[in-house]
This record gives sequence, structure tokens and C-alpha cells, in this order.
Amino acid sequence: MSFRRGLRLGAGFASVPLLLSLSFGVVAVDAGLSPLQAVVMSALVHAGSGQFAAIAVFGAGGGVLPAVLASGLTNSRFLAMGIAVAPSLPGRPWSRALQGQTVVDPSFVMANRHDGTFDRWLIFGAFAPQYAGWFTGTVLGAFGGDLLGDTDRLGVDAIFPAFFLALLVAELRRPETRWVALAGAVIALALVPFAPPGVPILAAALAALVALR
Amino acid sequence: MNAWLLIAGVALLTAAIKAAGPLVLGARELPARFTRVVGLLAGPLMAALVVTSALADGRHLQVDAATAGVAVAGVLFWRGAPVIVGVLTAVVLTAALRALGAP
Repeated sequence: MSFRRGLRLGAGFASVPLLLSLSFGVVAVDAGLSPLQAVVMSALVHAGSGQFAAIAVFGAGGGVLPAVLASGLTNSRFLAMGIAVAPSLPGRPWSRALQGQTVVDPSFVMANRHDGTFDRWLIFGAFAPQYAGWFTGTVLGAFGGDLLGDTDRLGVDAIFPAFFLALLVAELRRPETRWVALAGAVIALALVPFAPPGVPILAAALAALVALR
Repeated sequence: MNAWLLIAGVALLTAAIKAAGPLVLGARELPARFTRVVGLLAGPLMAALVVTSALADGRHLQVDAATAGVAVAGVLFWRGAPVIVGVLTAVVLTAALRALGAP
């Protein structure tokens, strides 16, 4: 039941990863990956912001290790999300670790019951169309990117923030999250000039600690 | 060769980051204060993703055509527009502003 609801909710968002990964395919090939490598990366990683971060550093000649670290910092928010969903994932350790791989931004937001628990079948359901969209888009972008030309001219860089804004607006419908979200935005913006990309996002999570008082 | 190393490194690190919480915490009961923090996490995380991607480029704060496109999408989302409608509006508006000479 939850799985099917998750599928439906996730499918509503899946068109966006499709567009986003299309631009990832283009950017990755520009940065020196072969189309096959771009597709394999999306299939194995499936964490868009981290992939973009890695490719940005790698494409600029920054080397493998700095590129991997940049992706790790960009993905560090999944550490907080993993801690959040942990009590909702039953089973043996390896099974829990595997279930944790299905946490992506939309599945995390949609499956939140706002009582400290998450509907894990909704996470799995929402993850499936996201993954399919992300994979398909990368194939299209990596193998057909030459047809597109300069993607910034097409406004493709607006997809990423607009996507997260849709998730944010869903959260803001609950009044108690508004000040916390605003505080998170302020923390992140304040850190942008000083911290490596990704760190401001993890630091924004600290705003949720207001619930401890 | 280096690209394959990059792919392996990013894949392993991402999997480890996602596995860490569920592995270390397990399915143990957590105090009520923890669950309240958890319930509030998504808001600041998503807000931070929005502002760092719409208002910053690397370590520089900047406002450009995409910022305007995303802002309009926000209004549409708040009024209940489907995700794809808001996102496509942001893209088209950004492209139009750039065609008119905006950064």
C-alpha cells in the first residue's frame, strides 16, 4: 500500500531527475568521462548533487581524491537523513544498510510521518521512479548531449534549485517548520564564502536542534 | 583509468554515508527529543539546498537569471502547481532572461 503510494508520489517528481540527469550526462562527458562512464556513475551513485560536485572538481583538473571528497561533503546531508530514518529500518545490519541506500531527498521528505518515524515502504516506492528517471536521463544526456549545445543558455541550471524548492514548499505548509527552515537558509548562506560546498548544507541541519529545548 | 577510480570512489563513499546511520544506530528506540529534531530536519536541509544552488556559485554569492526563474517557481509551488510545471517554468523563464542578455 505504502509502496504503491510512494511509487505514485515519486513518479510525480521523476520527470525532474530525468531533466537534471540529462544535464549531468552532458556535463560529465564535457568533463572528460566517456558516455558509458557517466551512465555507470549514475547507476552506482544515484546522488545528483554529489555527482555534479565530483565532476566539477574532476573536470577542472582537481584530481580524483579531491573530487571524491567534494562529493562526500556535498552528500554529507545523507548522514543526517540516515540517522533520522535509522529507527524506522528494521532487520539485520546489512539489510538496514541496504535499505538506507534508498534514501534520496524526495523519498526522505515524502515518507516523513513527522512523529520521528518514517514509512519505509513509501521510501522504497518513491525511490524507484527517481532511480529510473535519473538513469534514463543520464543515458540520454551522455549519448545525445551533442545535440543540445550550451545547457546554461537553455536555463538548465534552474532545474536543481527549483526541484528542491518544490520539496521545501511541501515542508513549509507546516507552520512549525518555517522558522527552522529560515534559520537553515541563513546558516547555509552565511557559510558559503568560507566552507567547501556541501558543508553549509550539513551545518543548516543544526537548526533542527532547536527542538531539543 | 582515473575516471573509473573517481566513479568507484564516489560510489563507495556515498554508499558508506547512507549506510552509516542505519548501521550504527540500528533499530533501537530513541528518546522523544531526538524524534522531534528528526521531524524538523527536512526543512532546513531543503532550504539550504535551495539557497546554495539559487544564490551561490561555488563560494560566491550571486543573483542571476536562474534566481528569478526559481523564485517564480516558488510562487507556483506555493499555489499548488505540480512539480514539473514549476520546474519547467523556471527553466523557460531563465532561458528567456538569458536570451534577453541577463547573466
